[in-house]
Order: sequence, then structure tokens, then C-alpha cells
Amino acid sequence: MTGRAAPTLAPSQNWFARLLRVREVSLVALLLIVTLGTAAINPLFLSFGSLKDLFLNVAIIALVVVGETIILLMKHVDLSVSSVVGLSAFLSGSLFVAFPGLPLPLAFVFGLLLGAVLGSVNGLLVAYGKVPALVATLGTLYVFRGVTYAVVHGGQINASNLPPAFLGFATGSVLGIPNLVLLVLVVMLGFGIYLGNYRGGREYYALGSNAEAAVLAGINVKRRTMIGFALSGAIAGLAGVLYLARFGTVDATAGTGLELQVIAAAVVGGVSINGGVGTLFGAGVGALLLGVMGSALVTLRAPGFYQQAIQGALLLAAISFDMLASRSAARRAAKGRQS
Amino acid sequence: MKRRGLLGWELSVIVLVFVALFGGALLSPDFLTASNLSFLTANFSEVALMSLTMTLIILVAEIDLSVASILGLCSAVLGALFAAGWPMPLAILAAFGVGGLAGLFNGLLVTRLGLPSLAVTIGTLALYRGLAYVVLGDKAIADFPAFYTNLGFGSIPGTQIPIPMALFAVLAVITAIVLHGTAFGRSLYAIGANEIAARFAGLQVTRVKLSLFVLSGLMSALAGTVYTFRFASARADNASGFELSVIAAVLLGGVSIFGGKGSVVGTVAAVFLIGIINGALTIVDVSNEILTIVTGLLLIFSVLLPNLLARVRSARERRARGRAVS
Amino acid sequence: MTETPTSTPPLLTLSHASKAFGPVQALSDVSIELFPGEAHALLGENGAGKSTFVKILAGVHRRDSGALQVGGQDANFHSPGEATAAGIAIIYQEPTLFPDLSVAENVLMGRQPLAGLGRIDRATMRQQVAKILSELGVNLDPARRVRGLSIADQQLVEIAKALSLNANILIMDEPTAALTLSETERLFKVVRSLRARGAAVLFITHRLEEVFAECQRVTIMRDGMWVSSGPIAEYDTDKVVRQMVGRDLGELYPHGEAQLGEVALSVRGLTQPGVFRNISFEVRRGEIVGLAGLVGAGRSEVARAIFGIDPREAGEVKVNGHVLTPLSPQTTMAAGLGLVPEDRRQQGLVMDMSIERNANLAILNRLRKGWLMDRAAEADNARQWTEKLRLKAHSLSDPASSLSGGNQQKVVLAKWLATNPSVLIVDEPTRGIDVGAKAEVHRTLSELAASGLAVLMISSDLPEVLGMAGRILVMREGELVGEVSRAQASEEAVMYLATGQHKRQEGAA
Repeated sequence: MTGRAAPTLAPSQNWFARLLRVREVSLVALLLIVTLGTAAINPLFLSFGSLKDLFLNVAIIALVVVGETIILLMKHVDLSVSSVVGLSAFLSGSLFVAFPGLPLPLAFVFGLLLGAVLGSVNGLLVAYGKVPALVATLGTLYVFRGVTYAVVHGGQINASNLPPAFLGFATGSVLGIPNLVLLVLVVMLGFGIYLGNYRGGREYYALGSNAEAAVLAGINVKRRTMIGFALSGAIAGLAGVLYLARFGTVDATAGTGLELQVIAAAVVGGVSINGGVGTLFGAGVGALLLGVMGSALVTLRAPGFYQQAIQGALLLAAISFDMLASRSAARRAAKGRQS
Repeated sequence: MKRRGLLGWELSVIVLVFVALFGGALLSPDFLTASNLSFLTANFSEVALMSLTMTLIILVAEIDLSVASILGLCSAVLGALFAAGWPMPLAILAAFGVGGLAGLFNGLLVTRLGLPSLAVTIGTLALYRGLAYVVLGDKAIADFPAFYTNLGFGSIPGTQIPIPMALFAVLAVITAIVLHGTAFGRSLYAIGANEIAARFAGLQVTRVKLSLFVLSGLMSALAGTVYTFRFASARADNASGFELSVIAAVLLGGVSIFGGKGSVVGTVAAVFLIGIINGALTIVDVSNEILTIVTGLLLIFSVLLPNLLARVRSARERRARGRAVS
Repeated sequence: MTETPTSTPPLLTLSHASKAFGPVQALSDVSIELFPGEAHALLGENGAGKSTFVKILAGVHRRDSGALQVGGQDANFHSPGEATAAGIAIIYQEPTLFPDLSVAENVLMGRQPLAGLGRIDRATMRQQVAKILSELGVNLDPARRVRGLSIADQQLVEIAKALSLNANILIMDEPTAALTLSETERLFKVVRSLRARGAAVLFITHRLEEVFAECQRVTIMRDGMWVSSGPIAEYDTDKVVRQMVGRDLGELYPHGEAQLGEVALSVRGLTQPGVFRNISFEVRRGEIVGLAGLVGAGRSEVARAIFGIDPREAGEVKVNGHVLTPLSPQTTMAAGLGLVPEDRRQQGLVMDMSIERNANLAILNRLRKGWLMDRAAEADNARQWTEKLRLKAHSLSDPASSLSGGNQQKVVLAKWLATNPSVLIVDEPTRGIDVGAKAEVHRTLSELAASGLAVLMISSDLPEVLGMAGRILVMREGELVGEVSRAQASEEAVMYLATGQHKRQEGAA
């Protein structure tokens, strides 16, 4: 007996549905409290410029969260995304320096391809080398970063080296919404629909929910894992190009520590570290919440380094909450069965 | 059969240590001098210390990614309290208290709430490092009494053995005895290889794991103290990223990431291997980035290689059986 | 049995299949033929190789040798997907579902109906699954998550999956083990309608009355080998049992009449909501008490709660007159209670560790000299107990995984006997071990009881319980529903209590 499943009918389902709603309600509520609270102290927090900054800051993290969510759904983890962002940002910058006339779309394609290759290295290690994702991506986190250092060699890319059109992409906007934010929203929406409504997307959930059952259902687990890591890499690669466009100045440390923010955002947003559970919508809200908290701290003139501690604490709070919630659900289910 | 394979792994790491020493000597005639070796080993003493408790934690199939952050937090606490006028022994004691509590917090989340240690310690990796900044900000505390900084970069009188390394040697022997000679050590292997069976045999899995996380926190506090004195500087970002080297050393030493297999000898050999490779590369002025790449690759290959070997072996067995049948 | 003997060609033929895992030959030279419109029973004791056999047909394992034909075509499955594509559907003993996904998605994973642009058409998906579920007569919401469903409901989801595949070969691995009678009846109705459509059903079960009522053909396996096959009419219960066991039952159960002593284990009002309720009983020194019931009745959970490894909300456990507080493995072991758990590989042994280390695991603290382990005492203890139990091993430093199932169980027993217990709870002590080793385990248990040990034996193997136990406690749905003395004991009497039903309707035929 596994002791894991206890039979229940409708009541627990309602309860579970309610729990899910509570999760999203509480996230949005927290978001509102932080936003309004900060705005009450400093009304400028809600100014157009400040909000635009906020969304621009969140956009790149939210983009990387898309790939990380796919990985977490499969019950893996990708720690190397931050190094992929850094390497892609620097190499695409170098590309512009070498070929100043490079058409913009090519830069994006380059970032995507580079990221896909780096992600495939992780995929190979995890799917075929049977190296646990934690070890594999912790290793590549350092290898990719080391490669970046070696390539950069103390130099840096400056905005003055970049074509104005490229930098203009980041600052430009459509109907007041920055291009960058729009692009990220499109990617999120696209992958949101894919994960929720396409056979391939559902396989990620299946894989993380029960890998053995996935094999029995005829899912090619290795290939799916491989594609997942390649996607995560490609998205991080794209994020690297956007990072370059947004900040213009990039050195070898670009994106350092991003992996933690990304995982924290996904987990706070309800993506389970145990696989199979979570949506991109939730993960996006999680990213927004972390971003709002970060800029609230800045607005309130709190030292910036509080942010790291708060992110860690939020991550811990989120996983603890999930564990306690699932435990109490299991207990109720057991009680329900008896009565 | 399996055990011989494992000893083989440890033996090959030891052989590699000598190859690395030899290689270093080829690169520079100064490499094998006592003073260089002394400098070189002192340089990885914090990683070495933390790898001992990490060995025990990975052996029970858990992981502690927060060790370097605890080190930083303890260093910050030590510096801040000293700067606030605390007597040094008390400040050190407080740093150990903080380290123990940090480990206890990790342990409680893992054992009481049943959360995966990976997720917990990714969180506390950020939390503790953040707290270190909260304690000390961007400041650096220096001006420690010479008596203490001498403990950090001095040698045992009359020898070239750095004091931190002597400390490591003593603790390594103690860890080896505990792991390979006591009931507690026996229980670690059982818990790591099959936690459920260990619980069914009456082993107190929760208590053992909790104590390991506390020990790991205390060891990080010790490493933090050593680091602070060795560089005569307490900073919030001390030793950031060291967790990778620690884990790489342990895995390279033949401790299975899935728990239940490994030895202190392997870890010690791997610590020296990584330290000597780093030292040799530094001597030929290879930049730090190459070291990062090498460490990352060592980490990956220390897990990948046994997997590949196992696959080759089973493929060969299958073929052999196929021939026998046909 | 009104079915006409088939002259049609078989839907599936597996001939002379063999499979080894490392040094263990799990299957050798097994053959079977499945005909359309027939239910075929695959019988054998636990460990006879049935599960391996099923996994070969499912494409999970690849056979080392032998030939497989499906629908007259040679078939070589490299993955479960290929087996599914060939029209083979498997319903495993333990359902293999995605707990986080909906019932509908579990049924149609990978084959979800599509709307425009390749999107999954959720409404149609739910309708399709609702239709299948209603054909099955099941009241399940296709949109709800699988997590939290009972095993029986999960199994019905599995069956719905098979139906949705239009499989014409359906393999069921002990599908009724966890089902109530009405659920079982519903399942057989489905099986009959599948047969009427021309499907072949392979049915693995331990309930012989189901075989005689529902199946047209049997194949019997023992120790990984094919024993016999034929139409059901050529068999009766005695013949089936004799072929499964390979010897007369009498030899298996050496019941020595033991002197009963004082009460060694006393359980009062043990309750854990949702798992078991108000369990009270006693076991005396020298007594073997059986604890019977269907899978899922809560027997193992009770055993684990008594041992203190699982929680219990109320009730007390006394060993030799002392109330154990707190109830934890440490206190129960100190009081002289041992538990040989249900799952040998997961709970009983640390498979990668040596035999010696396993045998010493429960008494590490007694094998010390000061702070350090006493290596001589470790070696002595392991040798003493493994010799006493006649363990067959190359060397005690070999890993436990190198042993056969029966010898592994002896290591578990050695571990517990080394603690010098006064009460031993054994949960499925002979599951998955060969007949010879089984007899040795039985002999050991009765010798131990004769020497004054109190034994509580949980087993799904009814003949074993009947042969070994002085009296039998029966559990149903978390409650102790009765006790049968050795004199009154019969399979019918126990099953009557375990299922809560009067005698089944005799086979429909």
C-alpha cells in the first residue's frame, strides 16, 4: 500500500479547487497590498514611468520563468539559465560589434539557437547521461559562466557599440506598452496555450506527475526531457538578447543569480517542485509579485540587499505552504473516507 | 564486486592527485616546494572543511547548498560583533551559534515539513546570504587582532603545515572514524541507501538528518571563522559560490549523489585533487574562469562517468548473455 | 462453459519466452496462446514470474529469447507504445495514472481529440470519456483530478483507458484484488462484453472461483516456468493448486502444537481515522495468529501502527504487560517487538548493503565496544543468525540484492531474530519467494512459536494462513470483523468475513 491516495469524492475536489483559488487570490491580494501600501507611502510608485520600469524589470525574469516552468513541470530543475542569459547577452553583443549591419531578427535567432544548443547540453546530460538535473545544471551553470568570462576577457559591451535600432527596440513601445513587455507577453501566452492545450504540452505535466506512467502511456520520456531543456535554454538565450537590448552595457557577470529569482518566481506562483502542477499564469504572477516587492524596497529606500533575503524567504514560505496544504488535504481525504 | 569498484574509484582519484602534483612540478620547479604546497593547501581549507560534513549529508541522500552562505553569514556576524566591541572569543561563539541555528533551520524544514533539501537550501542559500548583507551591508571589517589572523594564515610552529589544514586533518580523521567505525556511521549508509528500510529497522532517521544539518551549519561557521581570519576580512560576500566546489569535491570523491555510497578517504583525495589542479593552473597563470570551467566539468563528469561505465558494463553483460543463449 | 472450443487462430502467441535479470532467471521457456472471445487465466504463486510475463507482453521488458506473434504477425516490442499500437492493453495491479491530471486526460493521454490548429478539444475529450465511463456503469466526473481517487476507481480509469484504445487483447494483473464484490461483478460484466466483441482477455488472479466462473482457458506457471495449459474443463481446484504449488499442501505447513503462554502482545482500541478503527486483540506466547483480509483492508497499516512507524490517533499497545509510550519503533523494539514488513525490497532490506550489515542493522548499538563498532561481534552476529536460518549465500559481504527472494527474506528474519524479540509481526512473509524457501520460512516460524515467540502473521495467501495460524483474525475496510478458530477455519469462512458477503453466486455458466 502506498498510503498516498485515499478515496474521496466530490467534497475533496471542491476543497482542492477552493485551495487553488485561495492560492491565486492570496497572490493577487498580496500583490495589491504591497502595491497600494507602497503607493500610500510614496505615490510616485504608481506613476506611469515607475510602472513601466517595473514591467521592464519583470519582463526578462518572466521570460526565463517560462522555460524554468517547463523544466519544473517535468520534476527537474535548470540552474544554468542565468549563465545562458549571460553568455547569450555577451555573444550577441559581440556579434553586433563584429557585424554592425546585422539585421535585428538575426540577433534574436542567434540568441535562440545558442540557448537551444546550451540547453541541449543539459538535456543530453539529464535524459541520456542520467545525471540528476541539479548536478548537471549546477555544473553547466559554472561551465557556461566560465566560458563567458573566458570570452569576455575583462572587456564589456557598451551601448555605444550597439546599433541604435537594436537599443531602440527595447525603449520603443506600442500603444504605450514597451516592445519588450509585449514580446514577453506573446511568448508567455503562446507557451501558456501550448502547455494547456496541446498534446505535447500536456506531456510535460504527465512526465512530472508520474514518469513511469508516462512511459507506459507511450510518451518518449527521453526525447520530451531533451526538448524541454532545449526550450528552456532557447528561451534563456532569447532573454539574453533582450537583456542586452535593455541594458546596453553587458559584462561577464550579466544575469548572475537570476536562476534563483526565476525559480522563486515559479514556485511562489504555484509551480510545484514535485512536478506536474502549475501554470504559466501563476508563474507570471509570481514573477510580478517578486518584481513589485523589489521595486517597493527601492521606492521605500530600503537597502537593496534586503531583496535577496526576501526572495529566499518567499521561496521557503511558498514551498512550506504547498507542503502543509497538501498534507491537510490528504488528512481531510482520509477522514472523509472513514465517515 | 560493487565495493571493489568503489575502492577503484577512490584509488584512481588518489592516483590523479599524484599525477596533478607531478604535472604541477613540470609546469614550475617551485610547485613542489614546501612553501608553495603550504600556500596551496591553505587556499582550499574552507572547501576542505565543509566537504567533510557535506560528505555525510550527501551520503544520506540530502544536499546542503547553503553552506557557503552560512559561511558568509557567520563571517559577517563575527565581524559585526567584533566591530561592535565584543571580545573575540564571544564573537566567535556567536558565529558558531548562528551557524548551528542556520543548519537547524534547514534541518527542521527538511525533516519536520518533509521538504526536499534541494529546494530548501536553494532558498536558504539566498536567505542567509541576504541576511549577511543585512548584518554587514557592503562594509568590510578588518583590523582583527594579530593573534587571530595568525591562526588563519599561520603554520604549526616548526613546520610548513598551515593551521587550518592541521585542523582539517584532525577533523577528517574524526569524521572518518565516526563514519566508518561507529553505529552512527553505519546508520548513515543505511539511511542513504534506503531510508524506508532504515526506519523499519528502528533507526532514528529524522534525528540523524537533523543533526547532520546542524553539524553542517557548525562546520560552515568554523570555515567562516577560518576564512575571516585567513583574509583578515569579514565581508558579506565572503566565499560566495564555494558550495559548488564543496559538492564537486564530494561527488568527485566517489560519494553517490543518490546516497548510501562513499567514504571520507575519497572526499579528502578529491579535495586535494581539485586544490592541486587549481594551484597548478594558477601557477601557469591560467585565469580564474578556466578554474570555474574545470570545477564545473569535474562535477558533471564525477556523476556522468560512473553512469556511463555502468551502462557499458550492462550492455556487455547483455551481449555476453545473448551469445550464451544463442 | 458453453463456449465452443476455438478453431480460430489465436490473437496472440508467445512461445518459449525467457528473461533473466542479472543472475536471476525470472522466466524460462514460457508459452501462451490467447484466442478471440476467450478469457484466459494465468495462474501461479507469487513470484512465479507472472508480472515479468505481463511486462514482456506490455513491451516494458524485452524477452531474451522466444517468439511473439500478434494477429499472425511477428512482433517485437521496444516500448510500451508499440504494444499499445498492436492492440494490447494492460491493467496493472497498481494503477499507473497521472495523479495531477484529470480523469479524462488520463484516459486519453497522447490521443486527446483535437479541434482546430491542433488544440485539444476539452469538451469532446470529456464527452468521450464520460461515454466510456457510463458504458462501464461508473459514476466518475471526467474533469476531476485522479489524486484522491480510491484504488478501485483508479482501476476503472485504467479500464476506461483500455476501452478507449479499442484494444482487442486485454491483460489484467490481479484487477479484483482491491475491489468490492459489486465492483468485481461490474468488472466481469465488462469483461464479458469485451469477449462478446471478440477480444481476448488474459486474467491474472488468486481467486480461483473467479477463474472457474469467468475463464475458458488456463495457463499455470511455477518458478518462472510453464507448467500446463488447457481448457478450463480439464481442470479442477485440486489440480490447479497442485500444479501451482508443485507439491502437496501438507508438507508446506509443519504445524507443531505449541504451548500457549501468557499474553505477549495486547492491542486495545487502535484507531487511525480513514485507515483503521478500534482494533483490539491479543497474541500469546507460543501462538501464531493470522491476520487475513482483502488487499486494502488495512492489515499492514495496523501492523505498522503497532510497530510505531505509522501514526495512530487512539489506542494502546502493550508488550509483555507494559504499555508502550510513546509508540515509536525505538520503544517497541526495546520492548521486544519486531516487524518483518510487507515490502522486502523497499522496507525490509537495504539492497545495496551487504548481508552482514543488513543482519546487524536493528542491533547496531549492541555490537559496540565503547564508541566504536566491534567488528568481530558484527561478523559473529551475522554468521550466527544466517547459519541458524540456513541462508544460502556466497559471502556475507555480498550485497543483499545478490540473493534470491527466499534468502533475502531470511536476512530480514535474521535481522529481527537478532533483536531477541518476544513478539514478531510478519507481513506477507512468503510473498514472491519460491516454494522450497517458503516451506523453510514456515518451518522457522513454527519453530520460533514453539520456543515461545508470539507471532502475528499477515498474509494474502489463504492456504498459508489456514495452514500456519492457530486462529485467524479477519479485517474488512479498516475494522476487525471476526475471528475464526483453527477448527472452523476454511477459505470460505475467512472470505465470507473478509468480503462481508454470503457465499458468492456460483459461476454464471
